[in-house]
Amino acid sequence: MTAFFQSLGLPFEAAWLISTIAGILLIALPLMLSVAMIIYVDRKIWAAMALRRGPNVVGPLGLLQSFADGLKVFLQETIVPTAANKGIFLIGPVVTFTVTLLAWAVIPFNSGAILADINVGLLYVLAISSLGVYGTIMAGWASNSKYPFFSAMRASAQMISYEVSIGFILICVVLWAGSFNLGTIVSAQKGHVFGILNGFGFNPLLFPMWVLFLISGMAETQRAPFDLCEAESELVAGYQTEYSSMAFALFWLGEYGNVLLMCALNATLFWGGYLPPLDIPVLYAVPGVIWLLLKIFFFFFVFSWVKATVPRYRYDQLMRLGWKIFLPLSLLFVFLVSGYLMATGHFA
Amino acid sequence: MSVAHLIKSFTLWEFVKAHALTLKYFFKEKATINYPYEKNPLSPRFRGEHALRRYPNGEERCIACKLCEAICPAQAITIEAEPREDGSRRTTRYDIDMTKCIFCGFCQEACPVDAVVEGPNFEYATETRAELLYDKNKLLANGDKWERAIAANLEADAPYR
Repeated sequence: MTAFFQSLGLPFEAAWLISTIAGILLIALPLMLSVAMIIYVDRKIWAAMALRRGPNVVGPLGLLQSFADGLKVFLQETIVPTAANKGIFLIGPVVTFTVTLLAWAVIPFNSGAILADINVGLLYVLAISSLGVYGTIMAGWASNSKYPFFSAMRASAQMISYEVSIGFILICVVLWAGSFNLGTIVSAQKGHVFGILNGFGFNPLLFPMWVLFLISGMAETQRAPFDLCEAESELVAGYQTEYSSMAFALFWLGEYGNVLLMCALNATLFWGGYLPPLDIPVLYAVPGVIWLLLKIFFFFFVFSWVKATVPRYRYDQLMRLGWKIFLPLSLLFVFLVSGYLMATGHFA
Repeated sequence: MSVAHLIKSFTLWEFVKAHALTLKYFFKEKATINYPYEKNPLSPRFRGEHALRRYPNGEERCIACKLCEAICPAQAITIEAEPREDGSRRTTRYDIDMTKCIFCGFCQEACPVDAVVEGPNFEYATETRAELLYDKNKLLANGDKWERAIAANLEADAPYR
């Protein structure tokens, strides 16, 4: 894109700046729109599994429901509790929201179509998703109210616990792909199994890792059944309790943006990203973006499906699952995968 | 922990089964009635909004016997009566406080002339509390509006009384 703007007679620096801003808008604006739609889809799926109809009044099939909700929230008053630490209270949701947008910079939408094609893309994603905790902690602490505080404590402990096993899971992927660059990881999945199946997920050694990654992703994004930080029966609405208006909406956008990011990571790291599922030339006629979006949507369906099916975990069960099962299991698979790769001379 | 249990928990068997069930329900016909476009059928005995009925010649049925006022467990009914110019005994005031009413249907049971009835209407939500304090005019207007449905319901229910 920089070359295009340079061809319009702009100097390199200006062309680079404009193309970067255009790239950011190209990702951020559709992302916001899709978050709004995905909230609607989530409610529809959830409703359908409970034999309800879900939102169906605002607009055709209720498609405009999220926008109506957004407008309502936008017109409300932002209430800052007197006892709250005002600055941090208001920064919290902004951090959550910004961090969600940041991570999308390294997701490859097609071969070469990455906003920031950095070599340590995966590390960047890990770092950014760890930063996501800060929004929650700031919100919970600055609210100066006991339930948000408990919720923030829970959320931070939970996200840190599951990041440990996510780290090991990603090491398996990195070992096989031989790179931290997400674009390279995707292209390494081309014809990965039998030369025809695109995706590490088809590999029997990596499939269990994908299952672990999916579940850890749910825990990482505070989705049901791991939504302990907003367990309404115990904690009112968790760290969002004291929030209203746009601050509250930012949390929602951030939360669903994170869920979409996790879906995108599932697609990118294990199921071939922008590649079609089968390595057949005909399937490459469909643009890579479409494949990626289809995969993201499928994983979002899985996320909603799980939310509609499984009851919430107890906190000690959550910690037990993270530390006593996922951590040893992912460590074992790091051992198995690297052992297999050494034995077959992958690194030679 | 037995081997079977281990295999079951590591293959997430229970989760897979649960998800198969929810997926089945995902495609099932939805149980929700698309209110207000669709409505549930109502029994002829349904006790909804009150109405005061008239005879076919337009004369109001109520004879101000005050049995409904007496039996009303919520004391929602207030009646004042005096003889009319033609000598017949009629109400000058017949109020039902719909905010007090518990919709027990005793007033309808007590009425010797089928004057006060609970009709099939249940969609009479108001914006103010005052609108729920029904007076005689409102009740008679209800009766005129719902007479056909009320008469049909009373007739349908008559064999069982």
